[in-house]
Amino acid sequence: MLRILGKVRHLGVISESLEPDDEAALTQIGAQLQARVGERFGGSLAIRQVDAGSCNGCELEIHALNNPYYGIERFGVHFVASPRHADMLLVTGPVSRHMEAALRRTYEATPSPKLVIAVGECGACGGEFGISYASCGAVANVIPVDAVIPGCPPTPLALLHGILQAIGRRATR
Amino acid sequence: MSASDWREQLASSVQSTSAESMPGLAPAQLLHVSAADWGKLARVAKELGCRWVAGWGEDRAEEILVNACLEKKGAYMIARARLDHTAVTLPSHTPYYAAASRSERHTRDLVGVHFSEHPDARRWTRHQAWAEHAYPLRKEFAAAGAPPLQTPPDDSYPFLQAHGSGVYEIPVGPVHAGIIEPGHFRFQAVGELVLNLEEHLGYVHKGIEKIAEGRDAAALARLAGRISGDCTVAHTWAACMAMERASSLDVPERAHYVRAIMCERERVANHLGDIGAVLNDVAFTFGFYQFARLREDWTRLSHALLGHRFMMDRIIPGGVAVDLDPAGIDAMREQIRALRPEVEQLIAIAEDNASIEDRLETTGYLDPVLAAELGTLGYVGRASGIDFDVRRDVPYPPYDRLEVAVPVYHYGDVAARVKVRGAETLFAFELIERLLLALPDGSIANPWQPPASELEGIGLVEGWRGEILTYVRFDSAGKITRFYPRDPSWLNWPALEKLMRDNIVPDFPVCNKSVNGSYSGHDL
Repeated sequence: MLRILGKVRHLGVISESLEPDDEAALTQIGAQLQARVGERFGGSLAIRQVDAGSCNGCELEIHALNNPYYGIERFGVHFVASPRHADMLLVTGPVSRHMEAALRRTYEATPSPKLVIAVGECGACGGEFGISYASCGAVANVIPVDAVIPGCPPTPLALLHGILQAIGRRATR
Repeated sequence: MSASDWREQLASSVQSTSAESMPGLAPAQLLHVSAADWGKLARVAKELGCRWVAGWGEDRAEEILVNACLEKKGAYMIARARLDHTAVTLPSHTPYYAAASRSERHTRDLVGVHFSEHPDARRWTRHQAWAEHAYPLRKEFAAAGAPPLQTPPDDSYPFLQAHGSGVYEIPVGPVHAGIIEPGHFRFQAVGELVLNLEEHLGYVHKGIEKIAEGRDAAALARLAGRISGDCTVAHTWAACMAMERASSLDVPERAHYVRAIMCERERVANHLGDIGAVLNDVAFTFGFYQFARLREDWTRLSHALLGHRFMMDRIIPGGVAVDLDPAGIDAMREQIRALRPEVEQLIAIAEDNASIEDRLETTGYLDPVLAAELGTLGYVGRASGIDFDVRRDVPYPPYDRLEVAVPVYHYGDVAARVKVRGAETLFAFELIERLLLALPDGSIANPWQPPASELEGIGLVEGWRGEILTYVRFDSAGKITRFYPRDPSWLNWPALEKLMRDNIVPDFPVCNKSVNGSYSGHDL
């Protein structure tokens, strides 16, 4: 127990403060979103992540948002287990045809108002996989998408800025 | 018995042409077997103690080829049957090898080969996106296919049923309650006790084998890097190795070393993250955050020195796309010096904790005999007594110059799998230090040259999950005509079903994480 406490005390807080997003727009945000919807979730945002066919690269970086460096929860953003508890779907792709129905159902199960962010090159445009007998390509080919965070995979910082931009929040603590 | 004896014995036991050595297929030999003797081959191989490694089919215009790869003592053999398009039936290997079961079902769904006496007639990779008698890997099947306007959900898969007083079912997935890949798990339980777990995978099938066709080498390497994003380095390496062997292209010495350094870095990153995740699943969040922190430190240095957090697209046909400079070499050494004592300390803290011990020991037990029957690989195999590692037993450059220590335990539980991964992490530190010390000078890539004719090649790499076997064949124009990457998850997923039995439902997450099969790498 002492070793654990010693380690915690020695390390202190390592979460990094985010610079206001001076990096060129990391997120491609749809006009309708910028208008108002994001503000409704200002204080707290519940995200349901949906892997709709990803290679798992994007998932690793979404995971990293919970590590102590990025600590996404301090911005009021947290991941939930059910779409019924979610304000936002964070969807990675390409959408495989075998996941198409599950993605639609997840979207339908999410109460309005809701936001959808497509994550990664594949989520944005189908990426290396495109459209085929097995793949529907971009997330927007299956459900309405409000914003896109590209990258293969997008870095945790890009994801963090992207999510905060999408809900119209300044990325400062 | 020497390594090659069993191959001669196997060849002489069936109607076959003598075993051929093809440079692209080394270290495997190729054995043409008559369709009638296909089942006998498996029976004899089983008697000889061979491991069933992988199986795949290929539509050649004039015939359909079915391959099965076998291994014993580091010697590989690819058995091949040639089938006429009008009689696409072969005896199944599954009665002798459980490992062949899902692979044969995949080959049936995608290539349209019927395996007689296969004990499981159900489809596997195919859900509802294409028709029962359409086979995506047949040449007449266009990559675009003819999918329905909306693909219906696959709600008619006939799961095993359990009946009896108090027996109930829990369906889980495909969308899981976390940031995880999709798949379906069907539990039959009484109270908290799991009677049976059945997996239904294939949800992230992206047609990788089909869309590989017609690609050039560089484009195939990019695709291979996205088979399973968490082992992008190992899969790209295996694909490039297969293509380089097919075209007899040498890779510069320095590139071998940089490839291995990246592959070991990938091993460390995943082991660190997963050890933390296992601890999280037994509510030891201190361990979770500490290991997540170390993984992030490690990943950031990969980005700084190699240009990508996961080192995606850094391996290219003919070599590597990125070099290490002296400052980078120093930075890697320095990081290992700093991280090693931290990892050792955190492992010690976790091992000394009685409640972690209580949760991990005896949980998710995989019997060594069963582990061998299923052909399990990587840390799942090594935690259940399977003493195999491609880096040591079939060494490829640069591991042929290094001594590779392979941690093996026999306890077979979650604790043993975590122990193996801890030991492999610490040993990977040592390997990286040795690779950096011996890093040869010179160029990092030779220009790619496609083979002049229709040549084949295989790549064998020990990724962090275990042995990856990748097969490629080029057409006469130097484009890919067949690509089959066999992720180790094919062999480890079935082990999860078995090791869950008699465990409690709430221990499923920790058991699943301790195996950590790739959905994407399996579904293709």
